[in-house]
Amino acid sequence: MSKKSKPEITLNFNQGWQYAPAPESSDHIRLEKKYGHFINGEFVAPASGKYFTSYNPSNEKPLADVGKGDARDMDKAVKAAKTAYDKVWKKMPAAERGKYLYRIARMIQERARELAVIESMDGGKPIRESRDIDVPLAAAHFFYYAGWADKLEYAFPGRTPEPLGVAGQIIPWNFPLLMAAWKIAPALACGNTVVLKPAESTPLTAMKLAEIIRDSGLPPGVVNIVNGFGDAGAALVNHKDVAKIAFTGSTDVGKIIQKAVAGTGKKLTLELGGKAANIVFEDAPLDQAVEGIINGIFFNQGHVCCAGSRLFVQEGVADKLIRKLKDRIETLRVGDPLDKNTDVGAINSKEQLEKISYYIGLGKEEGAEMWQPSGNIPQTGYFCRPTLFLNASQSHRIVQEEIFGPVLTIQTFRTVEEVIEKANNIPYGLSAGVWTDKGSRIFNLTGKLRAGVVWANTYNKFDPVSPFGGYKESGFGREGGVQGLAAYLKI
Amino acid sequence: MTRIEVLKTYKLYIGGQFPRTESGRYYPLLDKKKNVIANICLSSRKDFRNAVVAARGAFGGWSGRAAFNRSQILYRIAEMLETRKAQFIEELLLQGATKSQAEKEVTLAVDRLVYYSGWCDKFTAVFSSVNPVQSSHFNFSVPEPTGVVAAVASEDSSLIGLVSVIAPIIAGGNTCIVLASESKPLCAVTFGEVLATSDLPGGVVNILTGNAGELISHMASHMDVNALVYCGSDKATIKSAQELSALNVKRFFNWSLNWNDGSSQNPYLICDLQEIKTTWHPIENIGTGGAKY
Repeated sequence: MSKKSKPEITLNFNQGWQYAPAPESSDHIRLEKKYGHFINGEFVAPASGKYFTSYNPSNEKPLADVGKGDARDMDKAVKAAKTAYDKVWKKMPAAERGKYLYRIARMIQERARELAVIESMDGGKPIRESRDIDVPLAAAHFFYYAGWADKLEYAFPGRTPEPLGVAGQIIPWNFPLLMAAWKIAPALACGNTVVLKPAESTPLTAMKLAEIIRDSGLPPGVVNIVNGFGDAGAALVNHKDVAKIAFTGSTDVGKIIQKAVAGTGKKLTLELGGKAANIVFEDAPLDQAVEGIINGIFFNQGHVCCAGSRLFVQEGVADKLIRKLKDRIETLRVGDPLDKNTDVGAINSKEQLEKISYYIGLGKEEGAEMWQPSGNIPQTGYFCRPTLFLNASQSHRIVQEEIFGPVLTIQTFRTVEEVIEKANNIPYGLSAGVWTDKGSRIFNLTGKLRAGVVWANTYNKFDPVSPFGGYKESGFGREGGVQGLAAYLKI
Repeated sequence: MTRIEVLKTYKLYIGGQFPRTESGRYYPLLDKKKNVIANICLSSRKDFRNAVVAARGAFGGWSGRAAFNRSQILYRIAEMLETRKAQFIEELLLQGATKSQAEKEVTLAVDRLVYYSGWCDKFTAVFSSVNPVQSSHFNFSVPEPTGVVAAVASEDSSLIGLVSVIAPIIAGGNTCIVLASESKPLCAVTFGEVLATSDLPGGVVNILTGNAGELISHMASHMDVNALVYCGSDKATIKSAQELSALNVKRFFNWSLNWNDGSSQNPYLICDLQEIKTTWHPIENIGTGGAKY
């Protein structure tokens, strides 16, 4: 039955792959030269009078100055949130609370284009992603939780859930607007008020969201946004009037926060790092798997906690899959985040680029075989070539540690048992991917992989109705879905 | 001449076996008249670590059991406890309870096991969801056990506090190491004998006796323990245990409940020790007109 295999067709990437630039215009966006904080319904200057600059990582040009918050600003914001909780928000009929969230969802949709462009300028992600994923999902998140506000008793059988009070929320720089929505929407729907600290490298869409919140007529103090660095975050975590802390970020910082909250009775949810296994079996639809692998690791430059950063390929298809993967990576366009043809945008900051470069150097030292595509990357701004490490082994640090960049390690395996063992043998447990045509194997794997989200024959899909969060050192608590309500309620 | 009674040696319950503490340490348990009732094992850090190995080893099998099977085993534990009521009542009397208190505590413990036996194959349905995502995917979320759980049982009771903490942990498919009440340890050791004859696989429940103040820091800092349950109210203990729990992002729960109260049994305790897993799979998009009749 054996057929003579056809000669391999080799793609030539040096010609015929030129694209004309297709930049999204940034003419229509409105950015102030200077932003302070949003406290008690107003934009206010930081107590210190100090500002820092938010840069565009794709060209290193300054975008705006942003207030450097400290404990005084946090105290003011928490007090405003506490007053708003006691005097207004917890007394408001739940259905009315929900209607404010619907308004915010609608206004995000109305200003979607502006938000997407600013998100790409401030954070470096391709406009294709901010336009089609970040901003629509942020609006959808508000819309989804709006409807929960007056239905909470249906979510917890036998219980009458109560709000907690002031929620302190700290978000990362990889999905600035979307993470703000993930945090604010369920907190408000459940009847809490909020103090949010955006990441220092990506504060601008949070300030635009503050404008929307102001324009929506939401009562002053219900949402407060204070900009700043880690010390501002610490002041929020340690504030005595905060009843709940929600944090998304690195496992290292998550552990510091968990320790800081010890003994205070504050409710805590943590969405931390990951190092997901993306597992391809011999019977998988290989072309689709290649797309899934690409989306798994190069989506948002790999700045994704659930990135599929550890590829496991069953031996029989390893050569073929890796060849297809390399060919596909050769076609990826790394460049201007505002160009609609761009697949991989700018690394979020100089610090992050240095960290990724460190790991790429480390991978070579550890003995894994590095591969990068031949195309050019821009000379100014912070850019990184999509990078593969072949023949990586389980003990390599590039396999064990979260790199948070466009770097994929590749290991092969023979048996189902072996790959389950390898996939789980890591402190993280946020997400995983499985590629196979065999239904029973999918359910076997999804049951045995110790991770909060498992994508089978797909990867990096998100939806407000779908709970997201980790096992083990990837954190605890869920965001999204009915399960996401528990983080903001006394049950 | 009156017959000399054969006294029982109270030992630990680890991995389905009844070892003495590896440390060789003990503390005397005294009755009201200061007579020695028994020499109780004063468990060490090493005993705890051995118990974690047993619990980790048992986790895959126990969490993989059919929920119906777990349900039957919890019910079997209740049956075994019911038939040995007299022994537990005797031990409770020895530890200072009145006859009516002792009888009530034992029957409550039996009923509590039956209650959680019933939840084993039901809580998943109550707390799962099928999530209607926008894209063409089938998406569902189910609770799965957190893993290896360490627990410090209530100091105030010998049996009901112990049973009330073990039952929701194992009903949900976790395995555990439980430290019994230091001042009232007798029923804990005897409950181990009940477990050993209830078809419960060795290592699913491991019972230690000893001092919570000495052991809780080791429980909180152990890197292969996924969650810690503390059934007490000492604020300094809670703070230090929560601080150490941060080392591996351990889940910490303070179940400071009145176990004699009916409201202290509920499925939300099972849910505390569950993780929500969400699975996505594409749905083929052919025949988009849908069913027309």
